Amino acid sequence: MSLLAAVVGLGDDALVLGQRLSAWCGKSPWLEEDLAMANTALDFLGRARLLYGYAEQLGGCDEDAYAFQRDARAFTNLLIYELPCADFALACARQLLVDAFDVLHLEKLCDSADANLAGIAAKAHKEARYHRRRSAAWLVRLGDGTAESHCRMQKAMEDVWGYHAELFAPVEAEIGLVEKGVLPDRAALRPQWLAAVSATLDEATLELPSADWQVDGGRRGLHTEHLAPMLAEMQHLHRSHPGARW
Amino acid sequence: MTSSNATIPLETPEYAARLARRQVSRHGAIYALLDAVRDPELPELSIWDLGVLREVRDSERGLSVAITPTYSGCPALATIRENIATCLRGAGWQGFEIVEEVRPPWTTALMSRAACTQLRAGGIAPPVSGSVRCPACGSDETVLVSEFASTACKAHYRCRTCLEPFDHFKVLT
Repeated sequence: MSLLAAVVGLGDDALVLGQRLSAWCGKSPWLEEDLAMANTALDFLGRARLLYGYAEQLGGCDEDAYAFQRDARAFTNLLIYELPCADFALACARQLLVDAFDVLHLEKLCDSADANLAGIAAKAHKEARYHRRRSAAWLVRLGDGTAESHCRMQKAMEDVWGYHAELFAPVEAEIGLVEKGVLPDRAALRPQWLAAVSATLDEATLELPSADWQVDGGRRGLHTEHLAPMLAEMQHLHRSHPGARW
Repeated sequence: MTSSNATIPLETPEYAARLARRQVSRHGAIYALLDAVRDPELPELSIWDLGVLREVRDSERGLSVAITPTYSGCPALATIRENIATCLRGAGWQGFEIVEEVRPPWTTALMSRAACTQLRAGGIAPPVSGSVRCPACGSDETVLVSEFASTACKAHYRCRTCLEPFDHFKVLT
């Protein structure tokens, strides 16, 4: 895998999750949460723009072309980021898993042999710590809440759980970049991640899911049925009015 | 409305380093000019006091103004760029560029003490360590309502003493 492809993959992760989070604005449990979701979405959108900007410097296309002119098959985000998570419990479950991953992954990426990636990671890491604090608080609130919220939170965690494995499974082509010290070794992050997630689940009186199923394919452009409809909505304006400005 | 017993610590080493760089710069007049550029979402603050204005340097085109975003997705940065350009053009400058840098990342330690005072005067609890004090009555009996407020850089609090809701500019280290 080229450095360019790796940078675009990380950019796609951030963009797709940012788009999913932004869909909560106006639909959250209350106004403050609308703002929190939208602000978190902005952090991910900002991260995507930094990564796409770097991809352009590496000889890629511009940020709008990455975001708006590619079909689902060309997106290389991991599957966990594209899940609709239209139930708030699902959104909280997914967010805890990815925020806990982000904090560990970005911390390592700060030491990347690639100075640009290291710079972007240092910026994003500060935000990720804050995101994780918020995700953990929601998990505890819902998990250790009412009988109904506990049940739904447990079910949501089990529904999302099988998507976490891909976070720790580098595609074969990534391994060269890991050896050069450009990308962190994802697999090595899993024990620490599991410990952190388990501690939060414990505090939230939730069980660690026992599900042993897992799916992957995102980095190879093989997606769930959910990505294409999301892109259709996200890209509609740009594709209908190419080059439009306001 | 600012409480007299609410103390704001002295300048941080990070801010002191910025200030020292500014003071030895031969572009002192440009820095002074840019003091008029405010953050569009926090109009009480200049981009210098906020730490968004990083440095004014020489460049091939004449002048290079380096800025940094507070948060990655901060939508104010585009407006700040335009306002810097308008400010410099208004003073007769033509050959300049505005560059965005994320390295090293922005933290609240880059902000000036004046920024903290101005935030508090504007009803926003500044990013100082220790308990979050109500900017209206100075009480530290405050409670977090939401981790995010009207912008990414702020959290929403409520004072238990005077019952006023207020924004807290979050500490980012």
